[in-house]
Amino acid sequence: MDEGLAARDFRGRLKAVLATDDDAARLDGLRLLADSAPGYVGTIQLDKALAGVAPEAVDKRLTRLRVAILSSATIDHLLPGLRVAAMRSGFCFEVFAGAFGQYRQELLDPATRLQAFDPEVVVLSLSARALVGALPIDAEPEHVEQLLQTEIAEVRGLWGAARQRFGAIVLQQTYIDTFEPLFGSYDRIAAAAPARVIARLNDILGHAAREDGVALVDAAGASARDGIDAWFDTARWLHGKMEIAPQAARRWGELTARVVAAQRGRSRKCVVFDLDNTLWGGVVGDVGIEGLVLGEGSAAGEAYLQMQRYARRLKERGVILAVCSKNEPTVAEQAFSRHPEMVLKRSDIACFVANWQDKAGNLREIARTLNIGLDSLVFIDDNPAERARVRAAFPMVAVPELPEDPAQFVRAISDQGYFEAVSFTREDSVRAASYAANAQRETLRIAAQSMDEFLRGLDMEVVYGPVSDLELERATQLINKTNQFNTTGRRYSAAEVARLAADPDSIMLQFRLADRLGDSGLVSVMILRSSAADATELDIDTWVMSCRVFGRQLEDEAMNIAVEQARAKGSHALSARFVPSGRNGVIGDLFRNLGFESITGTGTACEQRWQLTVARYEPRQTFIRRAGERS
Amino acid sequence: MSESDVLATFTRILRDLLMDDSIVLKTDTRRPDVPNWDSFAYVSFIVAAEGELGIRFNVAEVESFETVGEIVAAAMARLR
Repeated sequence: MDEGLAARDFRGRLKAVLATDDDAARLDGLRLLADSAPGYVGTIQLDKALAGVAPEAVDKRLTRLRVAILSSATIDHLLPGLRVAAMRSGFCFEVFAGAFGQYRQELLDPATRLQAFDPEVVVLSLSARALVGALPIDAEPEHVEQLLQTEIAEVRGLWGAARQRFGAIVLQQTYIDTFEPLFGSYDRIAAAAPARVIARLNDILGHAAREDGVALVDAAGASARDGIDAWFDTARWLHGKMEIAPQAARRWGELTARVVAAQRGRSRKCVVFDLDNTLWGGVVGDVGIEGLVLGEGSAAGEAYLQMQRYARRLKERGVILAVCSKNEPTVAEQAFSRHPEMVLKRSDIACFVANWQDKAGNLREIARTLNIGLDSLVFIDDNPAERARVRAAFPMVAVPELPEDPAQFVRAISDQGYFEAVSFTREDSVRAASYAANAQRETLRIAAQSMDEFLRGLDMEVVYGPVSDLELERATQLINKTNQFNTTGRRYSAAEVARLAADPDSIMLQFRLADRLGDSGLVSVMILRSSAADATELDIDTWVMSCRVFGRQLEDEAMNIAVEQARAKGSHALSARFVPSGRNGVIGDLFRNLGFESITGTGTACEQRWQLTVARYEPRQTFIRRAGERS
Repeated sequence: MSESDVLATFTRILRDLLMDDSIVLKTDTRRPDVPNWDSFAYVSFIVAAEGELGIRFNVAEVESFETVGEIVAAAMARLR
């Protein structure tokens, strides 16, 4: 379809959506249109239409966030793409656009407009053009290195300012190489050549980001993949100092929104595969295990192998794998155990559903078994009818279009950026196994005569103690990513978590839960802080718990431990608050169930306050053993 | 593509951009004549027009266009 036709088609669909009176339906319509990869003008139209949706409808479906974009270049043309991408990720961004080149002043000068805006997220989009332009081509390598280190040290100062002044999450865009080669291939070697300078700059930036717990938006990587012409346009730079071309606005918005979503724990958690013609070629029920197209020796067989290797890599980085296939269960399982070329093993699949029932219903069952939301699922199926059926039943499940050629499957899935991450810890690499164990626990629970029998049979053990340096990254990740069991929704950077962990007036506890089916790792963090009003009172500032251990009494045992710690510290009372976020309803009765009393008169629709007198606390009976306090 | 085709295409692009179906561009239309056609919308218009017609204006032209007719003429020179 040529661009004119595409624009007219988009226009017609947009008009139909805008004609809807119901704001919620209009928002859903806009989200669907945003999925259809609109062009630059289409994105601007969607953004305008989004601004016209009633705030109540927005609040019901999207999470609001104040996001400041600060840049050394012009960025106004990037904002529509960012807001539209945010909508696709379940957010509504209120955006502050920094003035051209004013990023330092805006962050460092307390009298700027940014102060009033009070950003929750700060995105720094900096250009390397000035730096590279000022560097003599014959500069000594040591001099170049020193200059680059100084540049990044300054950037780190800005990160610190954003965190200190606003407590904001910081995202740093990588430097894009917009320069033409100077020597040619030798640019990779010459210390002061643009290509070498920018590669080194991004390298230093990556180390600094890791140390400071800042997330990167890898525009450099994306522009290298897409080709620099898709990202940089000299004419736009000359006209309006746009370092990112308007044509790349949607892509930049997608990259940025994905990283924000990942920071907030909204990346997809699980990928559900169909089997026939998705993980292998052919229908196993028709051609038998011997007849499957899979493995070395043919290009088609290797394409499916490539798909399985990709799935395996996803599992290794913490994405849960599940299967949902219309097949005889025994035949489908035998393909896993008997086909010699299978890369994926049955044990890689946390939840395996093969039957002849409706796939939408099966997906709901998979989400329930794994105790994750349908909005955490990605569904991969070669059959367009199945994809359409699932999309219609569950719009929150991500269902990518697959090309007809299996050779392109991996690229099609990877391009969607479903599994964006901002950290990677040991817990992530064993998470898939942990979910598989959970699916086994679910089977045990159903078989058990009573809940008590089930819990006793698990032989659970808790390990708890302060958060050590080695656990900082995981604890920070848990605090920032947890949406369901999260009492206050407070978010902390790694540096803040480290400070709280070392603060003698605070108690930061981490809990690990293990049972005979496996070790779930560090699954809960509680931060207790001295109350400003009353030194003998501790306030539960933050309490988060992974959904993997819900319903296993860990909240009871954790409270037993917390009360003991409070008592040892000489505290007489624990106070707590529950801040409804729209996603933490599962713990709406948590404090009441734990014996806290509601503080009447202080509760509001946005916050409930609770209190517990330590002396009157009745320890909760649980089936969890203490493995001892680790210090 | 005739001059009037190009003019119609420009009208449609600007209507989409500003979400205003009352816009009708003529060869003597100037930017201030169209409500909300500010400098940001102008750059967006150029981007969209270049993309849709598959042409590139040079930077000096983009800086000096006064009327829609001049943009149409510059486009026609490249479409011929």
